[in-house]
Amino acid sequence: MAAVGLENATAAARPQRPAIPFLPEVMLAALGIGAFFAFPNDLAFLARILITGLFVLSLSLVLGQAGIPTLGHSASMGTGAYAAGLFAIHVSQDPLAGLLAGGLAGGVIAVVTGALLLRTAHLTFVMLTIAVAQILYEIANQAAWLTGGDNGLSGISVDPILGVFGFDLYSRTSYLYALAVLMVSYFILRTIVDSPFGLTSRGIHSDPERMRALGCNTYRHLLIVFTIGGLFAGLAGALSAQVAQVVGLASLSFGTSGDALVMLIVGGSARLPGALVGTVVFMIVEHVAATVNPYHWLFIIGGLLIVTVLVLPGGLISVVDWVSARMPWRTFGRGARHG
Amino acid sequence: MADVLQLEGLCKNFGGLVVASDVTFGLAPGDRTALIGPNGAGKTTLVNLISGALHPSSGDITLDGRSLVRLSMPARVQAGVVRTFQLNRLFRDQTVGDNVRIAVLQQKRQSLRLWQSRADRIAVEAAVDHVLGALHLEAREGRLVRTLAYGEQRLLEIALALALEPRVLLLDEPAAGVPRGESGVIMDVIASLPPSLAVLLIEHDMDLVFRFARRIVVLASGAILTIGTPDEVAADDRVKQLYFGRDGHVSQSSQIS
Repeated sequence: MAAVGLENATAAARPQRPAIPFLPEVMLAALGIGAFFAFPNDLAFLARILITGLFVLSLSLVLGQAGIPTLGHSASMGTGAYAAGLFAIHVSQDPLAGLLAGGLAGGVIAVVTGALLLRTAHLTFVMLTIAVAQILYEIANQAAWLTGGDNGLSGISVDPILGVFGFDLYSRTSYLYALAVLMVSYFILRTIVDSPFGLTSRGIHSDPERMRALGCNTYRHLLIVFTIGGLFAGLAGALSAQVAQVVGLASLSFGTSGDALVMLIVGGSARLPGALVGTVVFMIVEHVAATVNPYHWLFIIGGLLIVTVLVLPGGLISVVDWVSARMPWRTFGRGARHG
Repeated sequence: MADVLQLEGLCKNFGGLVVASDVTFGLAPGDRTALIGPNGAGKTTLVNLISGALHPSSGDITLDGRSLVRLSMPARVQAGVVRTFQLNRLFRDQTVGDNVRIAVLQQKRQSLRLWQSRADRIAVEAAVDHVLGALHLEAREGRLVRTLAYGEQRLLEIALALALEPRVLLLDEPAAGVPRGESGVIMDVIASLPPSLAVLLIEHDMDLVFRFARRIVVLASGAILTIGTPDEVAADDRVKQLYFGRDGHVSQSSQIS
């Protein structure tokens, strides 16, 4: 463990850019397409992993980079999901327009609630994020005429993507569609993390008061981070609405926010790839363990979380770093190099 | 030269406790003024009032005649009033280079950029190199701050402030915690600060104060006891009494060597 920490230190200390411009995205595509051919019967489940991965990535920006301790990130995801669902039912069945609608809705919820909530900090902030998500949950529950309430919003169907790729029974299109959206999102988020904006976000994460003494308007900065995070969470929600063709209240629930937090911590919050590693591990463990023993699979998730937090504070991604630093090529996950 | 920063009848009290009382003095470009006084005299309170961490109960602080008291801390920094911290406040898990880069991005108003042009990137890197060079930290650029020696961290604290290109610099005990033998580097750095900068040094180390200051403000119980040249202050009986006590015994707070 000490060795892992040390390796992180030197890795972070060595400023370098990936030699190949789109290396992380290319690797993501390679892994994604590999899984597509390896598990043709599990594509619906794999698509869910990709969508959840996007949601956890957006949390990684908000919490991992900027240190905003939200436990109500599902507010943006659920709002995005309902917005995309309603958009498909009432406005247009174009999937890309629906994505945009979901992303915008997630961003709007984030900017409106963030403008108020980010005036507070610490435990107060955490509690208020939970409260906002709970209120939205209850609104969606009560407004059954609009959202379907308890039964969920059903009847969502979308046109073929770009008018060409129709959604099929085996989730092939859904999976590749989710993979494409995830890749583009990853590239954008990685660019943000590596930008001056991202560096400043990590500064605020370390010491917000110090940043103010350097002349930084931390409130404005965090509000922008929170909004971008909400936008991508909304995108994830929209994807799930289009792929599952139904939106449930669970998308706004506290459990959704909590699970995402566990996935982020297990995978590692300091760098973007950690979010994806955590999501994949969490969801596969959940999937497999629930099949083996449907009543006690949470033991395994709980154990995983305890072991990670105690033994690998940097998350599972620090193991990947440790291994790759000992390989001759030293490339994996160097995309977002910041710790 | 006309004063750039002016404190005018500055008062601060917490309930009945007076921590600043009618403090009036100014700083001109190029000033090298030291603020001294025994523990609890209100030196750090004054820094907090000027930087915006505390709001005065009454009185005014002006920069070029414009009042600062209604401005937030970040706005005062953007106006050119920058402080360092007595206890290191650095981004410990980032590299030395990134620490300075964070400050340079603030100075250049580029901290919200999601994308940097090549020209902007080069300008930022040049500024980072310049600041690191001025503080003799070039060789440490890639190191994580938490792996630096304490004295180097003190230098980095000053580097962050200089990266903001301030007009008024408040140095809050820059040599605090640095062993006597190693404070020479910090003295050299302070001696080579830009000549046009107005500097207020808060310091316990009298060696440093008398080497650096061309004017000394003596604070006692929140009020100004006297203002004068180092020679005048050294000869002032009230100052001696303040530091050495009424009966000639060296008091706890004295660090006059």
